[in-house]
Amino acid sequence: MSLIATLARLEAVHTGRAQPAATVRHRHLSDRPLVFVPLTTAGEAGAPLGALVGTDRDAPHLLVVPQPRDRDLRFAFLAELADVVLPYIDTHADAVEAAERNETDPETGKRVKVEVELCADAPQLIVPSRAGVDYVRLLGRSMRFRRTADQDPETPYPAPPRVPLLGRWLTHFGERARVPGSSLLLAMTDVLSRHWATGQSTLEDQHLGALLAWIAPPEGETGAEAALRAELARDREGQLLWPPAGPATDPAFDNKLLAPAIDRYDRARTALAAAEDGLEADDRLGDLTAAEREIRALVESRTRPTWDAVWHGLDLLRSHLPEAGRHVEERWTRDRWSFTGHRDRVLAGEPPQPRRDDAVTAANKLSAREREQARLEAQEALDDPLVMAGRRLAGEAFAGEVTEVVMAYSEGKRPSPRPLVTVRTDDRPHLGERAKVFRSLGGKPQAAEFVGYEETLGKDGNDGENGPGGEDGGVLLVLRVLDKMGRGKEPEAGSVPEKGDRVCFTLFEHEQRGGAKLPEPEETPWTHGGPPGEQVPEAADPLTEEDVL
Amino acid sequence: MTAVFDPGAAAAQATDAILADTLHGTARGVVVDSPPGAGKSTLVVRAALELADAGRPLMIVAQTNAQVDDLVLRLAEKSPELPVGRLHSSDADPYDKALDDLPNVRKSAKAAELAGLSVVISTAAKWGHVKVDEPWRHAIVDEAYQMRSDSLLAVAGLFERALFVGDPGQLDPFATVGSEQWAGLSYDPSASAVTTLLAHNPDLPQHRLPVSWRLPASAAPLISDAFYPYTPFRSGTGHDDRRLAFAVPSDGSGPDRVIDEAAESGWGLLELPARHTPRTDPEAVRAVATVVRRLLDRGGAATSERSSDAAPLTADRIAVGTAHRDQAAAVRAALAELGVTEITVDTANRLQGREYDVTVVLHPLSGRPDATAFHLETGRLCVLASRHRHACIVVCRAGVSDLLDDYPSTEPVQLGTLVKFPDGWEANHAVLARLAEHRVAWRP
Repeated sequence: MSLIATLARLEAVHTGRAQPAATVRHRHLSDRPLVFVPLTTAGEAGAPLGALVGTDRDAPHLLVVPQPRDRDLRFAFLAELADVVLPYIDTHADAVEAAERNETDPETGKRVKVEVELCADAPQLIVPSRAGVDYVRLLGRSMRFRRTADQDPETPYPAPPRVPLLGRWLTHFGERARVPGSSLLLAMTDVLSRHWATGQSTLEDQHLGALLAWIAPPEGETGAEAALRAELARDREGQLLWPPAGPATDPAFDNKLLAPAIDRYDRARTALAAAEDGLEADDRLGDLTAAEREIRALVESRTRPTWDAVWHGLDLLRSHLPEAGRHVEERWTRDRWSFTGHRDRVLAGEPPQPRRDDAVTAANKLSAREREQARLEAQEALDDPLVMAGRRLAGEAFAGEVTEVVMAYSEGKRPSPRPLVTVRTDDRPHLGERAKVFRSLGGKPQAAEFVGYEETLGKDGNDGENGPGGEDGGVLLVLRVLDKMGRGKEPEAGSVPEKGDRVCFTLFEHEQRGGAKLPEPEETPWTHGGPPGEQVPEAADPLTEEDVL
Repeated sequence: MTAVFDPGAAAAQATDAILADTLHGTARGVVVDSPPGAGKSTLVVRAALELADAGRPLMIVAQTNAQVDDLVLRLAEKSPELPVGRLHSSDADPYDKALDDLPNVRKSAKAAELAGLSVVISTAAKWGHVKVDEPWRHAIVDEAYQMRSDSLLAVAGLFERALFVGDPGQLDPFATVGSEQWAGLSYDPSASAVTTLLAHNPDLPQHRLPVSWRLPASAAPLISDAFYPYTPFRSGTGHDDRRLAFAVPSDGSGPDRVIDEAAESGWGLLELPARHTPRTDPEAVRAVATVVRRLLDRGGAATSERSSDAAPLTADRIAVGTAHRDQAAAVRAALAELGVTEITVDTANRLQGREYDVTVVLHPLSGRPDATAFHLETGRLCVLASRHRHACIVVCRAGVSDLLDDYPSTEPVQLGTLVKFPDGWEANHAVLARLAEHRVAWRP
């Protein structure tokens, strides 16, 4: 944890309220996000119990699996989920704008610009917590290799038509969520804790109720009190007043309410199957419907508070923080590219994402994500003075006033301007010899080189050669500006800071270079196992005993 | 009766076997494990010269520009006539200016301009952008354990066969984003290049260098037991070969007493009272700076097998190692206040491959309330505790062994990954147990 984050948390404890960790919103929020609050069954991976899902905060779709271990009911649930999610995705797939993309011409091998479609907007999925993101991934994995009766007439348990497609989309969302700064699939707790620092640990911040309690505590209560109540308060039956945001449920709920309700449902179903005549069946169908309604009510009672909490979080984010301009939009555009790319792969009839990445794909993903991570960190600092303050405190940036500018030139046949700029700063940057520093000049990074400390203020007997020794008077450091001054002998107007200007330089780069060019998968070298061979369509998951309980 | 261990002969035998496999073997790769200071660079230079003599075009992959420049200088020193190409980036000042004085070293940012030279050297990052029609017949990959699998993937197409050299005990490469989704895959891109290489080619010949020439007889057994329990190595020198003496006698303070203890035994632990502190613990930082100041003030002289005369212990022969960059910065500032400027102060990552007479180490777990995987990493402690030729002084808050016992590792178990032995917990305990024998309480 950075020093400024620690300080903000201490202050949150002190004041009893979460402290802002950002002055602008660093994640794109769609005007019409799809909120998804799933619940899972205890003790069985990937057996959904139910979910609230939808784009209308007042009218969520309630989906329930009355007997989570019954695969037919599970398929019915997933089919219903597909009926909500896929139309939402489709509404974004059709509106497109023209865009250009660099591609390698297969004949000449040269990079050429190609006209392509780019979806004008992309869908956005919001789940309550990070565990919800994992669950989206798990659902995607459990569905994308299923076979429908159309795809494989032989399959003993065909999936409903749109379920494998939903699996591919959820897999795409889950994979995209691993890219730093992406917003296709967001966990509300992550977004909130990016923008506010609470007085509890980052682990406790994973509890959406407690997190919101710190950010917006009820009148007359501190965040700590409200958070404790959100975590622990139970009613007279021993049930949590604020159920966990899922997908896991509270054991007290499982044991006291859910298990008996499912038992009643099972009994009603057995009884119905054993009915001997129509009249008896009618009666017992009534019992079954009642048992199912009970489970639906239970699931709704556990998901609705979380559903409301997610929308409350969206309200807080929208009302308190304006979206950080260009950079957030730029990152969202990359999300749109990602969405458009997957839309095209689906339309082209490509097979679902493989179970495992091959060596080249894995390496490409890792380096792309590391680039995005560095880019995100730089962009957040440039977009937000509070984030930049954290970097300054960490010695990774400094701000100050220009006290002197001396014109100087590079050596060589065509001398170019290399002005020396003296900056007075109270910050303590970790500047090494000839360290490169960067400032943002009209949205582009301008590089300068650290020349040395001119003199140390506020302390006698220190000649400044030794580094930043000033306790309170700040330091004067000299920088040599290196670029973005035009081609002429004299620097272009406005390209060199002037005396009295406030400037902010970072020790980190603002833009990321492309990584190494990796071979094509079919040219995987011997060190990495050689080419993976002809791609074969992945087989459907084999049935296991657990599948047919 | 066992024969007397002859370090020179044992090392020469290992080197001969490595060169035989490299020059005449049939395997596409040869892996060499080298403990700290075992002559890895010497081996790389020798292998390069023999391959060049045999007329086989060679590319060398190192991990940092400093390592590349260092290798070029060593090659030129051994064989000034050898045409060497230094492939560099197109940034400003991409290579050490000392290379400009070497007539047979050609420098270029374009691989094509270096074609035909006997040896071409660059960093893995730069090689990753090179394209060739005809791969090199041979490559040497230096610091292969610090190279990530994905960066080997980017360069492996450039050569037909390769010698991989590195120290398995040093810091593993890391990724700045999560890579759990590939954990357990043989080609996990965040794993080390050697891990991936051996997973796919388990039959490659593997060698190791058996003698550390850097570590003194007082340090080699501990480092070998704690960090290389299955591949032990010996010190190339005996207890009497190295001596550290100070002209100015001790003033009885904690720093002076720990210096004397370390001069005598090779190890010293300066223990501060137990306390939870911020990373840049001001007291511990000041203690480190004071020890360094006293090391310089007391007129140290180091005697070793290299020469009969004692060499003065100057600022360039001392280094300070920390876990974090802000700690290094804090130590630098504290040293500056004491008027000390020429001392190398760096993190474990940056001290890898370096060598000093005396090192002063701020223990990674000092003052911490928790023992995270980062601070427990075996490689970090191994690097910090194995940079010295004479003595290592560790500055630490009391209570680290309790911390180790109170906080068992919480890292999730990943299926299919190789569990590394020894783990950080074990190695930390081994080192602390030894240091406890040389403990001096902090009394300024």
